[in-house]
Amino acid sequence: MLSAWEESSVARVLPPARPRKLAKVPFVELADGRLQGVVSSGSDIGRVYVSSVAAGDFAFTCSTNNNRPCGGAHGGFCKHIEALIGEAVLQYGAERVARYLRVELANGRSEAWDITRTMGASRPPQGDKTAAAPVFSRFLRHLAYLELVPTTTPLPEMQWFPPTRAVA
Amino acid sequence: MVPADEGGGLMRADLLVEPVAGLDEVLAVVDAFDRTLVGGLLRPHPTQAGALAELAAAVAGTPLAGRVAEAAEKAAAGTASEDHLVALAAARTALLGAAHDALVTRADEATGRDRGEEAQAVPAGQGEQAANLQAAARTWLADVARAGWQGIDHDLIADSAPVVFAMLPDPTLRRLATLLDGFSAELAASCPGATLERFPLRRWADLWARALLLTRPRVDAGPAVGTATGRLLPLGVDVQEHATAAQAQVHAVFEPADGSPPRLVRASVSVSKPDTVVGVGVWQLLRPHLSLLAAAGEGRAMDLTDMPITAEGDLIWDDAHARTGRPADAFATARVALPTAVAAPTTPLDRHPTRIAIPVFLEGYAAAEDGATALVLAGHHIPVDVDRIPTAGPLTPEAVATSTACIGLLRWDAGAFRIQPLAVETTVKKKTVALHAGAWAGGTTDKLGVKAEKAATEAVAVLRERAGKLLRK
Ligand SMILES: [Zn+2]
Repeated sequence: MLSAWEESSVARVLPPARPRKLAKVPFVELADGRLQGVVSSGSDIGRVYVSSVAAGDFAFTCSTNNNRPCGGAHGGFCKHIEALIGEAVLQYGAERVARYLRVELANGRSEAWDITRTMGASRPPQGDKTAAAPVFSRFLRHLAYLELVPTTTPLPEMQWFPPTRAVA
Repeated sequence: MVPADEGGGLMRADLLVEPVAGLDEVLAVVDAFDRTLVGGLLRPHPTQAGALAELAAAVAGTPLAGRVAEAAEKAAAGTASEDHLVALAAARTALLGAAHDALVTRADEATGRDRGEEAQAVPAGQGEQAANLQAAARTWLADVARAGWQGIDHDLIADSAPVVFAMLPDPTLRRLATLLDGFSAELAASCPGATLERFPLRRWADLWARALLLTRPRVDAGPAVGTATGRLLPLGVDVQEHATAAQAQVHAVFEPADGSPPRLVRASVSVSKPDTVVGVGVWQLLRPHLSLLAAAGEGRAMDLTDMPITAEGDLIWDDAHARTGRPADAFATARVALPTAVAAPTTPLDRHPTRIAIPVFLEGYAAAEDGATALVLAGHHIPVDVDRIPTAGPLTPEAVATSTACIGLLRWDAGAFRIQPLAVETTVKKKTVALHAGAWAGGTTDKLGVKAEKAATEAVAVLRERAGKLLRK
């Protein structure tokens, strides 16, 4: 016998993102085995940093969208990566972020600070710098969702995607 | 018709809980096939071969028989081509189509509703570019089926992204693109599959099979077959969403100006969205494209002139064909106009139990002892899908539990009919008030709502500002 969840066509698999302010970190995602995203520069409005932390070994990268390495990301997490983790926890909930990155938290504590500190304490290596370009292009595609023309032709497949009151 | 003292409005609740003949047998075949997708079809196990043979046997008396028998044999040997997988998806879809038909017949008996003649599919034209993208999607879906849910990894799932993004701007591919986008996001979040303890078996097999069938040249529900002129009386708003898409559907009774019988119709609007746009932010994106959302929120009718409509009862909304009309209370519509409205049939390929969403009006019920999870109608427990009530609105599970009347959608999932509340009447300080799930769709003056609207406006403004800088460089 299948459980009700297994035999439900509308079983909820992904909780929706939680609303957050987007000015500092306009884009965060758990994808391709990494926590990755785009962080606004504090000083230059035209510049953004592309930052990522890999699941498992926590290998990290941070560079500008023009591929200049971040001055702060030597030997440890820079402030952009810390901001990225903080906003990811707001958007997805600490538990989902910790699970995705495979962070084993002591005492079951799971807040952004605990996740950041636990990963930092493992002396993570520098990650593969080629990751920045695909993350940035994913950010552009993410923005492009707002440019697509809405339609009043029905999408019957959306019946498989009911809302949920559950939060991340 | 049930005497009023038994409760339930005009609903025969007993028919909703009584087993539907043959349904369990059909679903057992579907479930067995769905399990074959866990391990994948690359190196099938003998139990998978058995399930595939069962699937073929279940459609033996249909025009699909020959193709499915061959496909089942090849799949059992681990040598299924893309076309073979399409045949298996078609067989599964046919079985669930039969389940849909049996369930709709039962629901119509329970609600005493008439249903119109069968809708015929009209082929839609498509360009070469679309065909290439469909072929790419088909290849990806075949790879996923071979890997199985246990075999999915980040690289495999990431392969769908370029295909989806190329498809999204093409209106003829919007259905497939939106489906694949939602499906692949779930798969991506579940990678690697080898670490999963359980799988949403029916759901993922549904999404896989539907996507696979949509990769073939076929109909979009789009082509309008007629026009509607008359009065539109909104009943309620249903909203659906995944991380990067949302759709609102207004269910309504349409009274044709020519005096022909009233009909149950829907008007839809859908948008793509960044995953950070949620709650009232979704209403904000949808609102400008369907004036009906505001009319429904204000409790008004709309007057339609030559509005395109499909055989399935979907209005293809265009504000140029609609004018806001006189006040029309949804509960008055539900009490007076809904009982005689004729429902439209569903296009053959779209028949599936998940498509069932029949407007119903209920009163004279009690909430189950454990709160709002079920309503007791004439002694029968009908589950209530409170999880579907959008958070961006005044309707809450608590309000449903204390309500005296309910406009809802009758749905079927996981073996049972259930009620999705769209609006309830409840008593506050000895006065009857109506709470609508879609009350904020057109805008709100609610204090919490206004605050959420402001935050959502800011979030979208930040993204649009970024998009303006980065996308048009
Ligand atoms: Zn940095």
